[in-house]
Amino acid sequence: MPDEVIDCRGQRCPLPVIAAARRMPEVSVGTVVRVLADDPAAAVDIPAWCRMRGQEFLGSVNGPEGPAYDVRRTH
Amino acid sequence: MSASPVYLDAATAAPMHPVARQALLAALDDGWADPGKLYTQARRARQLLDAAREATALTLGVRADEVSFTPSGTTAAHGAVLGGLAGRRRVGSTLVHSAIEHSAVLHAAERHVDAGGIATAVPVDRLGRLDLTAWSTAVRAPGVALAALITASHEVGTVQPVAEAAAACADVGVPLYVDAAQSVGRVPLPAGWSVLTASAHKWGGPPGVGVLAVRKGVRWESPWPADERESGRTPGVVNLPAVVAAAASLRAAAADAAAEATRLAALVDRVRERVAAEVPDVEVVGDPVLRLPHLVTFSCLYVDGEALLHALDRRGFAVSSGSSCTSSTLRPSHVLEAMGVLSHGNVRVSLHRETTEADVERFLTELPGIVTGLRAEAGVVGL
Repeated sequence: MPDEVIDCRGQRCPLPVIAAARRMPEVSVGTVVRVLADDPAAAVDIPAWCRMRGQEFLGSVNGPEGPAYDVRRTH
Repeated sequence: MSASPVYLDAATAAPMHPVARQALLAALDDGWADPGKLYTQARRARQLLDAAREATALTLGVRADEVSFTPSGTTAAHGAVLGGLAGRRRVGSTLVHSAIEHSAVLHAAERHVDAGGIATAVPVDRLGRLDLTAWSTAVRAPGVALAALITASHEVGTVQPVAEAAAACADVGVPLYVDAAQSVGRVPLPAGWSVLTASAHKWGGPPGVGVLAVRKGVRWESPWPADERESGRTPGVVNLPAVVAAAASLRAAAADAAAEATRLAALVDRVRERVAAEVPDVEVVGDPVLRLPHLVTFSCLYVDGEALLHALDRRGFAVSSGSSCTSSTLRPSHVLEAMGVLSHGNVRVSLHRETTEADVERFLTELPGIVTGLRAEAGVVGL
């Protein structure tokens, strides 16, 4: 389960990626942040951002709140 | 301050070659009659059409009767896919294609699936290169009627291993269709294909002319209502002046292709190096070596693709983008998606015979400031 959730539903890319990038330095290392994002580009861009920034992409889930992406702060 | 225009979207449509313009104007006077009729004006039109077909066939390395002119590259791609499937429907109903085909091929595949057929997409790696192992497995499956592979990605420029993919198809007797729209008139064509398509406005010909080549002996059956023109492969009278212009410009482009490829590849290398070095947080995508000579793509982190296109346009630069916000469907490019690379802030730069070193230098000089400005506006500096 994620430690916290950022709701980016209704936002177009790159806004969900920017929201994740803003939040990441504020949480402690090891924290899992779930990004709720219904823009289809988030499915590509959140994993790509994790790769570029060396954060861990844990995977996506499609729950009652729509598509969600879990990211763990690794550094 | 107004900026002089720099057109960098040749992969969509190259500026018309002067030879195309000349041939078009001459053929408007001389080639308006229906080449299928039996009078003097028609015979003149028929001569022009035959000559255009001969010249195109020579450049493609095929027989003239294997070449048909279609109303667009898209129509040619639709015909290649649906006709290749129809010709082998007794064998099966599966289409194998790469995940990075042009949307024209994918839309034809969707039509095939809607009609009860099967389409299998084969993945690519991070550089946009076909997974040959997955491809070989896919084409070996029972019931494969046709395989489709783009010669080189129209979005990121990565050249595909067509010869190896063709060998895997040949082993199991599956015909291979190649979409060669970005290769014809620019680079040598790969061997081993059964059906090929191209589009004249990509090589400096006029818009509205496609080429469909079907090798002799290939089981291909027209998916369109019957029509005897163009060897029965595509209905309707051809736009003869445009076809004449397309053939003339293809011959001219092919004659200069090797020199132009060398010149443009050096400029593309410069764009790849300088963008990576001078624009922070940018991902230059596609294979760095096995690539088309005229096309380069990169994505800028945290930048809105549409805003970037407009900002570049205000400075006179015409480029294309695979970002979702620039597409009518609001979906990111399926090519970038298949590669797993950043899709926002995406720019495709594609060069042509009129592109100068000074054009590229000006783009490279202005780009970092434009990206920095957009990031400052969005408040994403330092993220």
